[in-house]
Amino acid sequence: MSVRHALLALLSEGPKYGLQLREEFEARTGEVWPLNVGQVYTTLQRLERDGLVESDGAGEDGPQRGFRITPGGAEELTGWLRTPPDLASPPRDELVIKVLVALRVPGTDVADVIQVHRRYVVELMQQWTRIKEDGAPDDLGLALAVDAELFRLDSVIRWLDAADARVRRVAADPPGAAAGGAAAPAPASLPRLRRKAGVRR
Amino acid sequence: MSVLELRAVSKVYGEGPAQVQALRGVSLAVEAGALVAVMGPSGSGKSTLLTIAGSLEDPTSGEVLVGGSALAGMSRNERARLRRRSIGYVFQDFNLLAGLTAAENVALPLELDGVGAGKARTAGLAALAELGLADRAARFPDELSGGERQRVAIARAVVGERRLLLADEPSGALDSVNGEAVIRLVRAACQRGVAGVIVTHDAQLASWADRVVFLRDGRVADQTAPPNPESLLAPGPRP
Repeated sequence: MSVRHALLALLSEGPKYGLQLREEFEARTGEVWPLNVGQVYTTLQRLERDGLVESDGAGEDGPQRGFRITPGGAEELTGWLRTPPDLASPPRDELVIKVLVALRVPGTDVADVIQVHRRYVVELMQQWTRIKEDGAPDDLGLALAVDAELFRLDSVIRWLDAADARVRRVAADPPGAAAGGAAAPAPASLPRLRRKAGVRR
Repeated sequence: MSVLELRAVSKVYGEGPAQVQALRGVSLAVEAGALVAVMGPSGSGKSTLLTIAGSLEDPTSGEVLVGGSALAGMSRNERARLRRRSIGYVFQDFNLLAGLTAAENVALPLELDGVGAGKARTAGLAALAELGLADRAARFPDELSGGERQRVAIARAVVGERRLLLADEPSGALDSVNGEAVIRLVRAACQRGVAGVIVTHDAQLASWADRVVFLRDGRVADQTAPPNPESLLAPGPRP
């Protein structure tokens, strides 16, 4: 989450004070992303250093100091809105690793491990949904921010469901069973994951 | 008292090698005002649970109680009356009658129950108005959008004095925003005191429930704890 660009966006509406920026930031994101006041001032100082914002009342800090966006800042903001975030490199997903490891640990009920995580994620989704339900009907920022969390968590559930179904299928019809072998599917998948996870940033 | 109670319900289809055990000792209680979602993979027994809860099918063993009365002890007529009067069903494919208008579809269960046509119509129109469909009352199902048809189906399920709402994938093929509108209506019905059970594989839909029950191989494998939204907005590291 770029606090820097969020502050530029708020200043694109007109000059504002630091404290006001923090309040508006939280209101616009449905208070889903809390922000402390120190973070706001540190970010504003950097923006000022980079020539993206200007302040009045030079030298004095505090709530009375106003900020406005510069033409350079407006250009930076426009460019950022259209720059896709880094979705290409897969994150090192701890949950995926846990399930892959569960396949290798003798005596582990993988379906049970999957269910523990499924329940936890559904509980998180229930909490987010309750926040959306309790929000004001016209609070678009809240609905969008909560939807983003819900879709992200939903994709985790869908992966868990697919993993569950695959594990069941393999258990019902193990590969190599006809040949008398007891080959598990896991050995091939772990080293590959390790390689992939290793290239992350 | 629970509006719906399943006690150790089992259901077996077929015989011999073709025998399928759809439910194995499922117990579930749903209080008035509560919404329970049932999740599970295909073949886990979700839909069977719903048809048995709605007295559309009998369990092989175990007991089903609606409003405290055991279905097994009721005559055919009593059960039919219970289905018409106390239980509302919403299906994925809406099941509206094509030859009836929205208002007639909604009023139908009341008329079948012996309520006079005028009174049934008034109640039907009130249910439609509550779902924001007052101006669609005279339309036929094929003149309505998918979202509107599903709202009519929900109006029909909650019309009159219904105490139990049973829904199988109620947001069906609707997009997520229309699907949310439908589940909000189900929630609103529950807040008025109806007990709701929805069966779904959609976690976003299920997340509207007070409790999510996970079925696996015909058994209740797990269920969620009651939601506590405060914990998400607490300061500290975020998940």
